[in-house]
Amino acid sequence: MSRVDARVDTPGREGLTGTAPANLYTPVVDTEDITVAPDGRPMDEQPRWRRDFPIDVPEDLYVARRDFMKFMVLTSLAFTAGQFWIVAQNWLRRRRGVPELKRIAGIADLPVGGALTFVYPQDTDRCVLIRLEADVLVAYSQQCTHLSCAVIPQAERNRLYCPCHEGAFDLRSGRPIAGPPNRPLTRVVLDVRGQDIYATGIELRTV
Amino acid sequence: MAVTRPFTREQRATIVYGMLVFVLILALLQLWLLTATMNAYLGGDDTVIWPAAGASLLCLTLNVGLWRYLLRMERART
Repeated sequence: MSRVDARVDTPGREGLTGTAPANLYTPVVDTEDITVAPDGRPMDEQPRWRRDFPIDVPEDLYVARRDFMKFMVLTSLAFTAGQFWIVAQNWLRRRRGVPELKRIAGIADLPVGGALTFVYPQDTDRCVLIRLEADVLVAYSQQCTHLSCAVIPQAERNRLYCPCHEGAFDLRSGRPIAGPPNRPLTRVVLDVRGQDIYATGIELRTV
Repeated sequence: MAVTRPFTREQRATIVYGMLVFVLILALLQLWLLTATMNAYLGGDDTVIWPAAGASLLCLTLNVGLWRYLLRMERART
């Protein structure tokens, strides 16, 4: 006498073991499955484009969710691409190395409370040098850390002002004090040698 | 031989809803990662760049895995 195999998936014994309903393997009839193609063949045999545009609600709901999921997976791919774009940009920035020493102006060219603009380290990087006191000089990138508008020094209000979105930065520290920016301005490291002011590097900051 | 039965439409809709929840959570996590990494990069902090890229790649792998499961489910139906 052979032993009875209790598994429901044994060939020829489907649905006979008492562990599953007898209609387990009968085709499921969906009363709402009302889509009929013009050629009368079942939907599963229709071309892809026709299956993607069903006329009954449950199937349309499924297709819409499936396509939304596909869109979100592509969005996920775009986010990952963005992450690796940052990796590449960081690699390029490291490759550029430390900026060179550059003379900005003579001390005599800048009165106390005065400001002048210069470019550093690249010709496209506009910066602003401000003389706060006789022996206190500060310099920052002129690009607002919100959306890169040019900031304007307002020594009388002790701030650098961004007119685009009403942003403001503290004149002494370059840290944001109002508006949408949340990172400090890039600081230009200065060195006074004799009667000349030099830019020796830049300091990026997150806080 | 294992007997496979295609999912009904209701089952497939439930499955795709469940997967969508995971995909949305992972995509939101990636969005947060991207903005936080960009902020750190622009602020000169490059210590988080590679770990964030790895985490984002992991999220993408999970999302693609879910998407492939959905495609397999569709193939099993036909």
